[in-house]
Amino acid sequence: MNYAGIDIGSRTIEVVVVNDSGEVICSFESDTGFDPIAESLKIFYAIEKKGIKYESIMATGYGRTLFEIAYTNLDPISNSNKLTLINNCSTVTEIKAHARGVTAFFPDAATILDIGGQDSKAIALNENGRVKKFEMNDRCAAGTGKFLEIMARTLGFTIDDFGKEALLAQNDLTINSMCTVFAESEVTSLIAKGSDRREIAKGLHISVMKRAASMISRVRSIESSVIRPDKITKQGVEGVKNNTKDNFIIFTGGVAKNECMVKLISEKLGCDVLVPDNPQMIGAFGAALIALEQQSKDRV
Amino acid sequence: MSDDYKQMWKDLGLNLEAHDMLLNVLGNAYKDIYLAQINRPEGMGYFDFVMSEVHGLRIKELIDEKAQGRKIIGSYCVFVPEEIVLAANATLVGLCSGADFAVEEVEKYLPRNTCALIKSAFGFKLGKVCPYLESADMVVGENTCDGKKKAYESLGSLIDNLYVMDLPQMKSEQGKAILKGEYYRFKEAVEKLTGVAITAESLKNAIKTVNAKRSAIHRLSELRKADPVPISGLDALLANQVFFYDNPARFTESVNKICDELEKRIQDKQGAVPAKTPRILLSGCPMAVPNWKLPWIVETSGAVIVGEESCVGERGTRNLVDESCDTVDKMMGAITDRYFKVDCAIFTPNQERLNHIVEMAENYKADGVIHYGLQFCQPYIMESIPVEKALEGKNIPTLRVETDYGMEDAGQLKTRVQAFIEQLR
Repeated sequence: MNYAGIDIGSRTIEVVVVNDSGEVICSFESDTGFDPIAESLKIFYAIEKKGIKYESIMATGYGRTLFEIAYTNLDPISNSNKLTLINNCSTVTEIKAHARGVTAFFPDAATILDIGGQDSKAIALNENGRVKKFEMNDRCAAGTGKFLEIMARTLGFTIDDFGKEALLAQNDLTINSMCTVFAESEVTSLIAKGSDRREIAKGLHISVMKRAASMISRVRSIESSVIRPDKITKQGVEGVKNNTKDNFIIFTGGVAKNECMVKLISEKLGCDVLVPDNPQMIGAFGAALIALEQQSKDRV
Repeated sequence: MSDDYKQMWKDLGLNLEAHDMLLNVLGNAYKDIYLAQINRPEGMGYFDFVMSEVHGLRIKELIDEKAQGRKIIGSYCVFVPEEIVLAANATLVGLCSGADFAVEEVEKYLPRNTCALIKSAFGFKLGKVCPYLESADMVVGENTCDGKKKAYESLGSLIDNLYVMDLPQMKSEQGKAILKGEYYRFKEAVEKLTGVAITAESLKNAIKTVNAKRSAIHRLSELRKADPVPISGLDALLANQVFFYDNPARFTESVNKICDELEKRIQDKQGAVPAKTPRILLSGCPMAVPNWKLPWIVETSGAVIVGEESCVGERGTRNLVDESCDTVDKMMGAITDRYFKVDCAIFTPNQERLNHIVEMAENYKADGVIHYGLQFCQPYIMESIPVEKALEGKNIPTLRVETDYGMEDAGQLKTRVQAFIEQLR
């Protein structure tokens, strides 16, 4: 049997269907638009048209509760899409969904950075792949995909080229404002001063990177805060295993597709930044895996 | 609310239209948040009644007391000793500061980046919607954080009977001497207001009355250590909130009655939530009525709150005043000793608070701690970082949240809280 995971984010919706072994059967993506429920149902209709069936749906992302309520209240016969409804829809937070999705690809992962359309988060995992600690951005769009999108538009770049262009900058420019509104005026005044738009782009990337790096260091600080100078020996830090876990972080969400951001974070943290294929699908994939595991647990 | 109160509110100078709006919001919030709960102890019926009459019957009682010459004193802080007020035959009430009101008006007096609690105190005054504030013969402000300290300078232009109490910032002998001096100055001010000289007998009785009220809350807290927990965090918070408004003797009796019922519930293994529900300790800024936002999010996300490390909670009610003294001076010393132990984040250093949070997390068998900081509340937000370190050093998962009274961030908060609860399971 198959299991569906849906991630309803502020900018995009992703659906992933996995089989009994957790292998991806199909995946879909669409813009959230102004009616996320209608968009989500359209995707499920497309899946049905392909002849793919699933036993349960696990919803995640900011629209998860809205979707669960809407879906369970759909009329089984006369819903507008004539969708065949299944009687099993529940929710999980995007934090847990991302953690689950990432550990399927990287069982050793200890730290995840996820930057999506409207929020960014850093997640620390324990040795069993469970969430140990997480940090999220506040209620504004600062340091998120939305911020980069608006700034790319202000500078006349497409979102896909924004990172590539920023990498071509000769010098780093400093952007002080993190608030989208203030940053936009700062960028406007830099343009008026005749600054190079690639350098401005690089500056914007650096400001987002700094915020992400500080979130990562906060979730990682549990270990580092207990390391005392007298615990450091020639063999390393006493009580802390010399493993390679801390030598890489996993970067997910749409912004992970931005090369400049990956490079900047890697340089700042001095570690590898690994990006899974289709990093924006990890939340939906993780949700589908959680649906699968919940079902098998219920059956036992 | 019955029409009988309309005249009373009008006489107090309330803006009836705005006040109706406030009561309407309050009533709906209470219905959605409190009455929607299941498995509530029957004794909570008393608090449902108190809340339904919070601006009605209780205000009428205060007005009746005033008619008999008794003075009403309003306060914004747990450092204002109720013992001194009661001993001078006056009544102490906590003043409303748990909701946004008249925000545009408030911003004529305060910078936008002022915490919601201070803004709220101004909003209720400027919007003319707090009958407690309007019936008070004396309003006591106190120099706790810089925000409040400077805000009282402006509030003084709106309230003609504002009295400001100074507070120390360090737990030293000198600090204690400042507090004691301020309590003597307050005693004189209260005696002058009431025309009643405080005697050893009246002060001793007042100490006993307030101790009994605190003991009832201690008893309630103790019962929340059981699993399944017999009362929800929301209901227990309400008892801690009503602590500031109600007639002390009646409050004590009602809380003890609920405790009798909870003891039976524990015997029958009957809980407000099923056994093994993840248990949360809340720590941080005070939650005044009707600020139920965070507890409501926590308890509708599959966890239960088992304690509040807060001024509206254990920080405010911890410790009793020594009852064995026999002179006014010795009792004033005992009162100072008790209040000086309150570990508000305005004190530096404040290691006692960190110890208390860890101790509470262990005593109430909390699976995790959520630190609640009001946006722009510098002392508590600053202290939240050492709090987190202290807890994580003991392997107690901790989530720090920063929010205000608005509902715009409820979705983001819910995601965080749910993810934190998933982490505890």
